[in-house]
Amino acid sequence: MCAMADSSTSLRGWLRQDGRKGIRNTVAVAYLVECAHHVCREIAWPMREQGVHVIGFPGCFPNDYAQRMMEALATHPNVGAVLLVSLGCESFNKYRLEKVIRESGRPVKTITIQATGGTRSSIQEGRGWVAEQVEALAAEPTLPMGIQDLVVGTVCGGSDGTSGITGNPAAGRAFDKLVAAGATCIFEETGELIGCEHIMAKRAVTPELGLVLEASVAKAARYYATLGYGSFAAGNADGGLSTIEEKSMGAYAKSGRSPLSGLIKPGDLPPQGGLYLLDVVPDGEVRFGFPNINDNAEIAELIACGSHVVLFVTGRGSVVGSAISPVVKICANPETFRRMADDMDVDAGRILHGKASLDDVGQEIFDLILSVGRGEKTRSEDLGHQEFILGYKSFEPIGPGCLPSVTV
Amino acid sequence: MNEDPRLLLLDDQDDIMVVIAPIRRGETMEVDGLRVQATADIGLGHKVARRPLAPGAQVHKYGVPIGSVTKPIAVGEHVHVHNLASNYTPTYTLDDAKPSTGGT
Repeated sequence: MCAMADSSTSLRGWLRQDGRKGIRNTVAVAYLVECAHHVCREIAWPMREQGVHVIGFPGCFPNDYAQRMMEALATHPNVGAVLLVSLGCESFNKYRLEKVIRESGRPVKTITIQATGGTRSSIQEGRGWVAEQVEALAAEPTLPMGIQDLVVGTVCGGSDGTSGITGNPAAGRAFDKLVAAGATCIFEETGELIGCEHIMAKRAVTPELGLVLEASVAKAARYYATLGYGSFAAGNADGGLSTIEEKSMGAYAKSGRSPLSGLIKPGDLPPQGGLYLLDVVPDGEVRFGFPNINDNAEIAELIACGSHVVLFVTGRGSVVGSAISPVVKICANPETFRRMADDMDVDAGRILHGKASLDDVGQEIFDLILSVGRGEKTRSEDLGHQEFILGYKSFEPIGPGCLPSVTV
Repeated sequence: MNEDPRLLLLDDQDDIMVVIAPIRRGETMEVDGLRVQATADIGLGHKVARRPLAPGAQVHKYGVPIGSVTKPIAVGEHVHVHNLASNYTPTYTLDDAKPSTGGT
């Protein structure tokens, strides 16, 4: 396998100053408060098919998590240049964000709408700058990139009774192949691992990490119990799932069978290849509402942890993509696939009727990730999906025991 | 041994089987050698009981508990939010707001 790895598995990357490589070379246009969102949309719209993506933070109150997320996203390896758009009076620390981006070696510019003279002049100035960046990025050289350079996240959304039988375990098989090849894989949503914490802990590379993993799920169970809802939508029940622990067992299958190398929090970069759990539930007392209000909030966090590609397993039929990193849509339910084939990259539901094995579909997902890493568009990219959402949270830094490879 | 191609057993210890092709009310299913009539339409991805289940019992799927029985369940009966409850947080549905079909 290793001998033949090179030519057939080589990806196409853009090298960044921090040594990471991107599989896309996008321009991020970022609003720093909702009041600047419209201007960002207008700036990006004419160039949306040339890799210009809108991200941002809607809040006017400062938040350390949101600052960290925006810094991580703006310096993501798939991003080549960043335009920041400020209204002018919001509390977001745009000075620090601009400094972090500049120090990462990326072109960056801040437009402050109140200083530029309003909506029209800000859109005009922004479009001019972004068009220059698009042209410059298109001329940048690429270089070969290996699987070991790749970070892949996974999420499931619109889950149903087929997700845990077809799509999620097939994604898990792809994860096993990726981890074996030296890639970094991240799975998440501790609120959808409720009931799985003990079997998961047994896969930790150290007993101490096992305790950390169990504690993260206990935190999620407590958090959701306080809110009175599990991470469970009405559509999950329509699709045959009855309880959060049933949904969790299905979701857990996405993680595959590799040993668990660590626990990270949003914005943390995994230190080396392996399988990591992303703890998405805030620390401390319940504040700011639900941990992630929808699937895209989770996708944004996976991307902030460096994910070049996100695998999205759906049963009911999600259509979303994301800004910055391509989303691969794996459809677990054969009825949904028939209805929504145009939105789906992988038909995992054929496992149900014996038309493919989990290994077959796992290999298909693995091969597709490599194609996407060479520039092939995913269905959601082709359809123009660039969803993005970021809200308020609060986290403590990860504790000792979370990353055994670093602390040992 | 189960012969009904519409039902999938995930683990030998399971109390339920997963419906992998829709079953209509009145159709006959074969559940572990027992022939039973479906009392409701049961959609893809939903579950039916493999054995009689009493209130308070744990329902196993994938070989692990996925919740507690809230009403007596007969062999072949649809196992879902009306007779199974989470041991963690309650399940939210829109079932009261729309016609009941037993899953689509």
